[in-house]
Amino acid sequence: MSAYIAKRLLAAIPVLFGLTIIVFLIMAMIPGDPATAILGSYATPENVEKLNRDLGLDKPLLQQYLIWLANLFEGDLGRSYTLNRPVLDEVLERFSATLILAGTALMLCSVLGLIAGVISAVRQFSWVDKTITLVVLIGISIPSFWLGLLLILVFAVNLRWFPASGMYAIYGGGGPLDLLHHLFLPALTLAVVATGVIARLTRTAMLEVLRQDYIRTARSKGVSENRVIYRHAFKAALVTVIPVIGIQAGFVLGGAVYIETVFQWPGIGSMLVKAISTRDLLLVQGGVLVVASAYVLFNLAADVLQTVLDPRLR
Amino acid sequence: MKRLLAAAATVLSLAFATPSFAQTPPNVLIVGQIAEPKSLDPHAVTAVNDFRILMNVYDGLVRYKDGTLEVEPALAESWTISDDGTVYTFKLRDGVSFHDGAPFNAEAVKFNFERMLEEDHPFHDTGPFPLAFFFSTVDTVTAVDDLTVEFKLKEPYAPFLSNLAYPTGLIVSPKAVEENGADFGRNPSGTGAYKFAEWEANAKVVVTRNEEYWDGAPELEAVIYRPITDANTRIAEMLSGGLDIMVEVPPDSLQQFRADEAFEVYEQAGPHVWFLILNTKEGPFASKEIRRAANFAINKTALVDNILQGTAEVAAGPTPPAFAWAFDEDLEPYPYDPEEAKRLLEEAGYDGEEITFYVTEGGSGMLDPIAMGTAIQADLEAVGMKVKIETYEWNTYLGLVNPGLEGKADMAEMAWMTNDPDTLPFLTLRTEAWPDQGGFNSGYYSNEKVDELLEAARRATDQDERAKLYREMQSIVQEDAPWVFVANWKQNAVTKASVENFKLQPSFFLMLQDVAKPE
Repeated sequence: MSAYIAKRLLAAIPVLFGLTIIVFLIMAMIPGDPATAILGSYATPENVEKLNRDLGLDKPLLQQYLIWLANLFEGDLGRSYTLNRPVLDEVLERFSATLILAGTALMLCSVLGLIAGVISAVRQFSWVDKTITLVVLIGISIPSFWLGLLLILVFAVNLRWFPASGMYAIYGGGGPLDLLHHLFLPALTLAVVATGVIARLTRTAMLEVLRQDYIRTARSKGVSENRVIYRHAFKAALVTVIPVIGIQAGFVLGGAVYIETVFQWPGIGSMLVKAISTRDLLLVQGGVLVVASAYVLFNLAADVLQTVLDPRLR
Repeated sequence: MKRLLAAAATVLSLAFATPSFAQTPPNVLIVGQIAEPKSLDPHAVTAVNDFRILMNVYDGLVRYKDGTLEVEPALAESWTISDDGTVYTFKLRDGVSFHDGAPFNAEAVKFNFERMLEEDHPFHDTGPFPLAFFFSTVDTVTAVDDLTVEFKLKEPYAPFLSNLAYPTGLIVSPKAVEENGADFGRNPSGTGAYKFAEWEANAKVVVTRNEEYWDGAPELEAVIYRPITDANTRIAEMLSGGLDIMVEVPPDSLQQFRADEAFEVYEQAGPHVWFLILNTKEGPFASKEIRRAANFAINKTALVDNILQGTAEVAAGPTPPAFAWAFDEDLEPYPYDPEEAKRLLEEAGYDGEEITFYVTEGGSGMLDPIAMGTAIQADLEAVGMKVKIETYEWNTYLGLVNPGLEGKADMAEMAWMTNDPDTLPFLTLRTEAWPDQGGFNSGYYSNEKVDELLEAARRATDQDERAKLYREMQSIVQEDAPWVFVANWKQNAVTKASVENFKLQPSFFLMLQDVAKPE
């Protein structure tokens, strides 16, 4: 198993390298440059040239990339032009905020999705099943940024149960409870679509498994219905569902971009959007590198988990 | 499973019960900003959003008089200007200290400008200083004695004083720069009414009352700046009680706040102008009649009333009325007169040639550029002009427009916000400001008389003399119509009703020195 993990990790290295080259090239190709973005109305050719020189952007592209790469090996991702602070500090802070949000959302959608899917399958065609299917369909169809705004309107502006934005209270906040209080609405919003996908898939997988012969055998042997469903059927269905949760992790990470903007969550998604629009190359590069590495790791984790659960894959 | 649900329920009820969601405390002002600041080093930043913090933490040698765009003494008590307009001598205020305890004196002033302007200064590498060119006419800065400092300019440059009142002219503590180097922007120290206390990245910047402020300590104990980039979220936060002040309220929401007694709405016209650059070099707009026709054809009143919902006023010429001392009161905006436009088009022999119109998606001071662009297109088509819109993202847009419209477009949206009546016309209307000479005259307007007037206004040291020259320039430019003059934006802000003594300034800076919030 550890050899397999090591092999997968090694295979990820060229992928990540390729990615940094692509990001570098794309950022160089799109029109506009950081100096123009910083200077705005005052971007005369003369001022732009001077600022580019001060920022080290007058060097040839290849040289810029190699400098970045050399620094990377020393653990230095450079300094952001627009934030005037080390990229690494910003990216790590932002990414941990995203991990908290996306991690909570992923947990929420896995738990809720699995529960809803199993109930739906066990009570197939009952009113419970129909209600769950309807709710799930609505959940999948609602644009999440709109849902976010709606939740803010209802729970923050009108009922005032939850804060409208941010990660901690601005005055006298802090601590895990404050975090949870701020986390609830964005995590819920982010989880909705993925919950729907997982619920639908779990339902199908469970129905599939429940039709199998060994389930009939178990039942005829007099195994209790709970045991049949949770020990025999659910465990088998999980093998199909787990890779999907792995893929959903990627979607949740991607979806976080909108949700972070709507809830002013200080995550890496909203950071990347801003960095791209201000042509902050090093910040984009650092952010993409971290997100892509996380994506690779999530998928690897899902694959490993699946192998653990399903002896046939070993 | 049941135990899990019970645990989840407990956690949720705890979250509900958290009392952290309180009203904002008395004597602490929470300001909703539109973005995270880049830096709190006033020489390193360019965004109005950052200026809103900086103007409360630092002082300049001079500042704008309350409610005007005229300079008055600040850290300098008085000054003299030599007859040829090249030597400015400032007498500095005695007994002022920076927040870090270092004394404010002539050496400190010298350090500030040399850091920005001299590439071999030991702390020049704490930059870059993108707006240092505001002071590019400065030749030398000399500390004559402890409280006298002398600026020698390379040539007469009348906007010098206005530029000193701009955030780029704010004075930082040399000691703090020496101690923090490139991280000074996150550990700032000035002489202002509020001292820097804390910057939690992407969450808040906190400044606290400076008890020793030379101009009287403020009432507020602290001001907290919160970055909230999404306008809808900012509004929700304001409505739910998490903010005391928010700026740049979208027109759609202004009505809602106006109707609610818990809030107060403020508006203030500023040194902003929104216009269309016309390509005077080639195509239909090479003809003055057709340029004037466009000015008659576009219904500016409808644009500011309907699309901008009253958050702007119709512009009369190239100089915003906020520069009251330099604005020509007699200048009337082009009236909406489609018949006159048609007549002019016919007279000029307009042959229905298609006009390419550059529109941006957004950008600093651009208001609602797509909706405005479409309405303008409709107005022009109503008088028989054929208009094709091309839309670009802001940075791409600047990359296309700033090098000049030749061979690309006939007309482009643009907006400027400046601090002196000199800046905009000098950079955008002179013959020597054509893009190939490093200016922003992207429509290639050229009028010798305008060039002369602007040069003379720069050399004049007397404000009345300058005002006369600017007024003359405005009527010529309005007649020549190198632009379509559209709108002057009014800055707005919403506060909770409990916020006292709040005022918006024509400079668009957020001055919080006198604000109070007793409850």
